[in-house]
Amino acid sequence: MSSHAVTADHDSHAHHDPNLQHHFAEMEQQFECSKIGMWLFLATEVLLFGGLFVGYGLMQGQHPEAFKSAHHHLDWRMGALNTIVLLVSSFTMVMAVWSAQTNNQKALIRNLILTIGCACTFMVVKYFEYSHKYHEGLLPGAFYSYTGPHQNAEFVFFSFYFMMTGLHGIHVTAGIVVLCYLLVQARKGAYNASYYTPIDLTGLYWHLVDLIWIYLFPLFYLIS
Amino acid sequence: MANTVTSSPTKTGTAPPHLNYLTENNTLKAWLTTVDHKRLGLMYLGAVMSFFFIAGALALLLRLELLTPKQDFMDSATYNKVFTLHGAIMVFLFIIPSVPAALGNFVLPLMLGAKDVAFPRLNLASFYVYCTGAVMALVAIIGGGVDTGWTFYTPYSTTTEGPVGLMAMAVFVLGFSSIFTGINFVATVHKLRAPGMGWFQLPLFVWGIYATALIQVLATPVLGITAVLMVMERAFHIGIFDARLGGDPVLFQHFFWFYSHPAVYIMILPGMAIISDIIPVFSKKTMFGYRAIGFSSVSIAFIGFLVWGHHMFTSGQSDLASAIFAFLTYLVAIPSGIKIWNWLATMYQGSIDLRTPMLYAMSFLLLFAIGGLTGLYLGAISVDIHLHDTYFVVAHFHYVMMGGTVIAFIGGIHYWWPKMFGKMYNEKLAAIACWLVFIGFNVTFLNQFMMGSQGMPRRYWTYLPEFQRYHVGSTIGSWILGFGLVMAAGVLLASLRKKEYDAGDNPWGARTMEWETVSPPITHNFEGQPVLRHGPYDFRVEPTPATVAGGRH
Amino acid sequence: MSQHTHSHDSHGGGHHLHGGPKVYGTVLAALLALTLITIGASKIDFGSPSANVIIALVIATIKATIVALWFMHLKYDKPVNGMIFASTLFFLALFFAYPYIDTNSRTDVKPSNWKGPAYMPDSGSAVRGIGANFPVAPAPGTKPVAPAEHH
Repeated sequence: MSSHAVTADHDSHAHHDPNLQHHFAEMEQQFECSKIGMWLFLATEVLLFGGLFVGYGLMQGQHPEAFKSAHHHLDWRMGALNTIVLLVSSFTMVMAVWSAQTNNQKALIRNLILTIGCACTFMVVKYFEYSHKYHEGLLPGAFYSYTGPHQNAEFVFFSFYFMMTGLHGIHVTAGIVVLCYLLVQARKGAYNASYYTPIDLTGLYWHLVDLIWIYLFPLFYLIS
Repeated sequence: MANTVTSSPTKTGTAPPHLNYLTENNTLKAWLTTVDHKRLGLMYLGAVMSFFFIAGALALLLRLELLTPKQDFMDSATYNKVFTLHGAIMVFLFIIPSVPAALGNFVLPLMLGAKDVAFPRLNLASFYVYCTGAVMALVAIIGGGVDTGWTFYTPYSTTTEGPVGLMAMAVFVLGFSSIFTGINFVATVHKLRAPGMGWFQLPLFVWGIYATALIQVLATPVLGITAVLMVMERAFHIGIFDARLGGDPVLFQHFFWFYSHPAVYIMILPGMAIISDIIPVFSKKTMFGYRAIGFSSVSIAFIGFLVWGHHMFTSGQSDLASAIFAFLTYLVAIPSGIKIWNWLATMYQGSIDLRTPMLYAMSFLLLFAIGGLTGLYLGAISVDIHLHDTYFVVAHFHYVMMGGTVIAFIGGIHYWWPKMFGKMYNEKLAAIACWLVFIGFNVTFLNQFMMGSQGMPRRYWTYLPEFQRYHVGSTIGSWILGFGLVMAAGVLLASLRKKEYDAGDNPWGARTMEWETVSPPITHNFEGQPVLRHGPYDFRVEPTPATVAGGRH
Repeated sequence: MSQHTHSHDSHGGGHHLHGGPKVYGTVLAALLALTLITIGASKIDFGSPSANVIIALVIATIKATIVALWFMHLKYDKPVNGMIFASTLFFLALFFAYPYIDTNSRTDVKPSNWKGPAYMPDSGSAVRGIGANFPVAPAPGTKPVAPAEHH
């Protein structure tokens, strides 16, 4: 915005909503435009993860027995716990959007805090899972040093496990950062019923992160 | 206020300098932090053209080495690195960003009557992401160079030495720049069209760029994840592409070409888009088959996703998959043919004006037709087994990429140059440069078709003496081509030394909206919001004159 | 709903507020229930391993659809956003389909003395560690030939 903000003074609509950027005619156009942009970004995210899903699917088809025995190293209770945590966080996120839409500042801040809390819980659970794998020697690639039964079979499985949950974890972490920023802004009262685009777009991103986990959970923890 | 709109008859004659996007707030800091799509377009133009000339110089070195059958001044390792750099720089740093990021950024919002792209800051971010990727690629080059070819095939790329990982991460980063541009353009076309401009009043350049942007958004993420997987394979031996660990090296090729074949259409569609705008303007005739051309752009984008396996006929792909891919490959010819016939029908009985942009457009028609038709040979499995990895392939994709996209890009630069800088280049010299490029190009690559069909393999630094006459011809052609390109650049840059804006607002008599503002445009593109008054190729009406507020400064 | 009209006037994006705590609460309950079902289903043997995978994926897809329609507002949103998402999934399916066709229809070109991948059962050594017994890059000088590809 910077250089436009300087030169916008001779613009024809100088008295508009402060959140309206100069190249849009009205708020609705800006909002819909941002939304299309966000959905396109989500499309790229789906295809980014898609590469890993495709690789997983093909490798699973080639080594079904190996994948089956490997998943016993994963604790489905941990996975289920994380699934529930993420689903709840999706709920609190959509409630945050609702609170902004209905101008309920207190509920907005509360729901953002809850969402961040859930996200952090997810990462803590993930940390315990990862450290468990570390002690078993099930790290991917050259770090694979597991010596128990089926040691050879599970090699590729854990490559995918760490690639996919790792990439997902990076997305959760990025989501936490963005949510914290939103929380700071929300406490300043930046969002209300007439301007809540950042909350809405972050919500879309957050639900996509949830959506990917919905597939990761059965693929890794529940193959039998 | 700015709403006072006065018309100013500036079609002819010399206008005194007015405050425009080039001169307003003209400090280095303002340029580096600009979110103005026009300035970003120019910065992209400067960056991609620099890489074009670097990679072009590398190509001249390769041709010089191939002048004689024996080693002249490069050994095989150097030769591998130089052709990899030529390919990687040309593809990732030049062609893919060239038309969309440089010309598209500049022209697209103007054509739509918009003040900027949908997400100006994302646009700036895209430029800096591009610069980051370029720096990473340069570091990889300085740190020893990469000898994998631009395709990074495993297992060679995961075992060879050198900074392959860094180069792959550079490609990953450059992909994000491309994605940002794509998201921006799709959202812009959807939401920032001028009042009254429906989808079928869009200039065809916009249709082409829109189709390109869709591919950029849908295909590039897969390149990203492929690069990451390849780097992980290299660094940690995760085994996905390694048959010894239970993986599948052909899977890498599937991943790579899922992006890189559509990427071929990221490269050619914008070229077609430029041609679709030049031809009606220089034939002074309404576009023949407007909708057919618009839809053919989108269908090329779509079919482009269905055919990637024709790169893998000899890679161990199954016969069934090869047969499906070969069949679908022929489908690409249909929308491409639709475009060519419609362009020709537009020119038929038009009053053709053979100035430089049109010369480039006509070169494009011929060269792209050759490139496209030879692609059909290569799409046929049985012929491809013979021609695979020969100079026939090299010549084919140079006819499409260079004879198609690059020629169209240079034509587009000549077409919009007066709008960008308000200054007209020397028409006669520019036309001579165009002829030199055309002749040099054909001499270079027709020879390669011939030696390729006789079995000269690509990527060899030495060869059998019977191929020498073709190689000599090709090398001489590359000198003509190089000279023509330098001359074209010189002619354009020389025009910038003029003190006055002498081009006029609409030197070609075009009807699209970017010509309805002054040359060069003001920072906000238009005074007030322009409204669509006539179709983009409606030459029955007088062009709408440019409007400025309160006269020129 | 005093904010309703306000939202209508100035935001535009929220013409009519949809959803609400009740709807979202129901959606969450449905999602949690489906999670339990998918865990339960994984404990039952449906005959073949692929049947179990397919059932798990079908349930996941139902969950994903619910999330997309209500939490991501696609049910109430402009159709263009849903179209973007749907076409993404289409291209993802395409991306999966071709390599799948390929890997399932290849002629077997394995050498007769091939004993399976190095890390498959019964072919590896008992000692594992970083680098130990790990297939490393061939020594320089025995590099594989330059990769073959075209276009």
